[in-house]
Amino acid sequence: MKATVHYPSTASPSPPVRRKGLSGRQRAVLTLLVSLLLIAGIVYFGLSAKPEQLSTDLMARNEAPSLKHWFGTDWLGRDMFARTMAGLLLSMKVGLIGSFSSVLIAASLGLMVAVGGRPADRMVTWLTDLFLSLPHMVTLILIAFVCGGGLKGIVIGVALTHWPNLTRVLRAEVMQLKSAEYVQISRQMGKSGWWVASRHILPHLVPQLLVGWLILFPHAILHEAAITFLGLGLSPHQPAIGVILSEAMRYLTAGMWWLAFFPGLSLLVLVLTLDRLGHHLRSIVDPHEAQR
Amino acid sequence: MNGRWLVRLGWKLLRLLSLLAAVCFFSFWLVHLSPIDPVQAYIGADMMLVGPEQRQQIEAYWGLDRPPLEQFGRWLASLLHGDFGTSMIYRQPVLDVIAERFWSSFLLLAAAWVLSGIIGFAAGILAAMTRDRWPDRLISWYCYTLAATPTYWLGLVLLLIFSVWLEWFPIGLGVPAGVPAEYVTWQDRLHHMVLPAMALSITGIAPIALHTRQKLLDVLNSEFVLFAKARGFKGWRLLRRHGLRNIALPAISLQFAAFSELFGGTVLVEQVFSYPGLGQALVEAGLRGDVPLLLGLVLFSTLFVYVGNGLADGLYRWIDPRIRKGSAA
Repeated sequence: MKATVHYPSTASPSPPVRRKGLSGRQRAVLTLLVSLLLIAGIVYFGLSAKPEQLSTDLMARNEAPSLKHWFGTDWLGRDMFARTMAGLLLSMKVGLIGSFSSVLIAASLGLMVAVGGRPADRMVTWLTDLFLSLPHMVTLILIAFVCGGGLKGIVIGVALTHWPNLTRVLRAEVMQLKSAEYVQISRQMGKSGWWVASRHILPHLVPQLLVGWLILFPHAILHEAAITFLGLGLSPHQPAIGVILSEAMRYLTAGMWWLAFFPGLSLLVLVLTLDRLGHHLRSIVDPHEAQR
Repeated sequence: MNGRWLVRLGWKLLRLLSLLAAVCFFSFWLVHLSPIDPVQAYIGADMMLVGPEQRQQIEAYWGLDRPPLEQFGRWLASLLHGDFGTSMIYRQPVLDVIAERFWSSFLLLAAAWVLSGIIGFAAGILAAMTRDRWPDRLISWYCYTLAATPTYWLGLVLLLIFSVWLEWFPIGLGVPAGVPAEYVTWQDRLHHMVLPAMALSITGIAPIALHTRQKLLDVLNSEFVLFAKARGFKGWRLLRRHGLRNIALPAISLQFAAFSELFGGTVLVEQVFSYPGLGQALVEAGLRGDVPLLLGLVLFSTLFVYVGNGLADGLYRWIDPRIRKGSAA
């Protein structure tokens, strides 16, 4: 490990020292609490949205944000706060399923590398390169188009686009484990490839899988919203966050800034918090990261 | 040395071919699986006028009654002859549409690529040099936030501020509306390009800045920097003599490898600003079921990303003496 040496020089009287305040673990716990609170809030408000909040109310059209309507109302008098929360809930559901399937794909490919020999490894690497050579958006649009839009297309698209990076991490880990002495000895003692993979290698991958899933989750949410925003995802009748934003685009010139501003900002806050949580947890779980 | 270089290039080309072939197969198979009826997609609203016998004739004419593998073979053969088919929404050969759109996207992409590269690199250096003090915290915070920002939402906010409130820039489109093509000046085009390029580069800064910061921190922790500090170097001179050379190359190569992200971003940004580029064509093709254009764009984007990655890799080998000697030895 490289030692961090700081020189108190005459030019800068205050030597840069470690960050004051919370340690990495404390930060992680704090982020965990904040994100749990956020998710609980979204689930609560998303589920408790009353039908009259989501339905049209022509008496309260185009209202700017107020205490009654936190995020304002749209041109049909629908409460934007309720719509945003319902949209975020929907996005989280899609993101959850999509990222989970992605992790499953990555895990099975990682196991394939662990069990199989060089040919399996070559194939997995080639497959990873193949999917990385297409921009995510292009694959998503292609799959959404083929599935004719809707939930199925998004989930399949998100699942198929998010696994390559995690698979690379897993593959590197597996290759390192395979050269470890206890794995070599286990092989020498006549244990089968499956036995070694499930008993010696898989347990090491579990933390990586969990953290990988947490890091993929916000990305999946962002991609769901993006593809819906383009009009290839969820149907316009659903209160999805992408639908809200693409509708808001038409009312921008009318000066109704709250239609786009608050829903997008809420999406940003959700994604940012989940992303930070994933990175904090990774720095705790992964020893390579922890040294940084 | 020269021979090795040629062999490497040959392998690269082979790999590109295998990837392209796989992408062809994958996308053909996907479209084949889809519930879209090619006859109906082509004829559109006049479908009512086509009887079942006529329909069979059309299917036989297009070879739709043959097994899928044969269809794939014929499609591939015409691709190899440079025939990507005719776009249904633009009524033009797919390659013409792509070429025309590419130039307007190219300007946008190039501007965003250069801007985000330079600003991101500078921000990364600043953050590393002021480690754990407020500029570093500000830049890191900015990068994390931007990485979580939906690009299209950023585009909407920029539109709101600069077009609706301040009225500095036009709302969308690549050229002024209602002006004949010959009267459109390059200032007009530039004026229309500013906001989309800004939206693209603002989000593009984050990865390059974070990467540069980390690399420079690693360098600053190394023993040769410690020795340089012992000899009295500090600040800008230390950075110029010992830091820049070590971090410039990874940054440039990362920027080349970011072509995939850039392409994804431009799809969304062009949609927000109604900018007539490749991304918009892709979305239109997806929404309106223009299969030839969609497949053409899929293949084109694969090529685009591969060229970016290849350049990143080649640049490394070209410039870095350690890798060059390593491969020659």
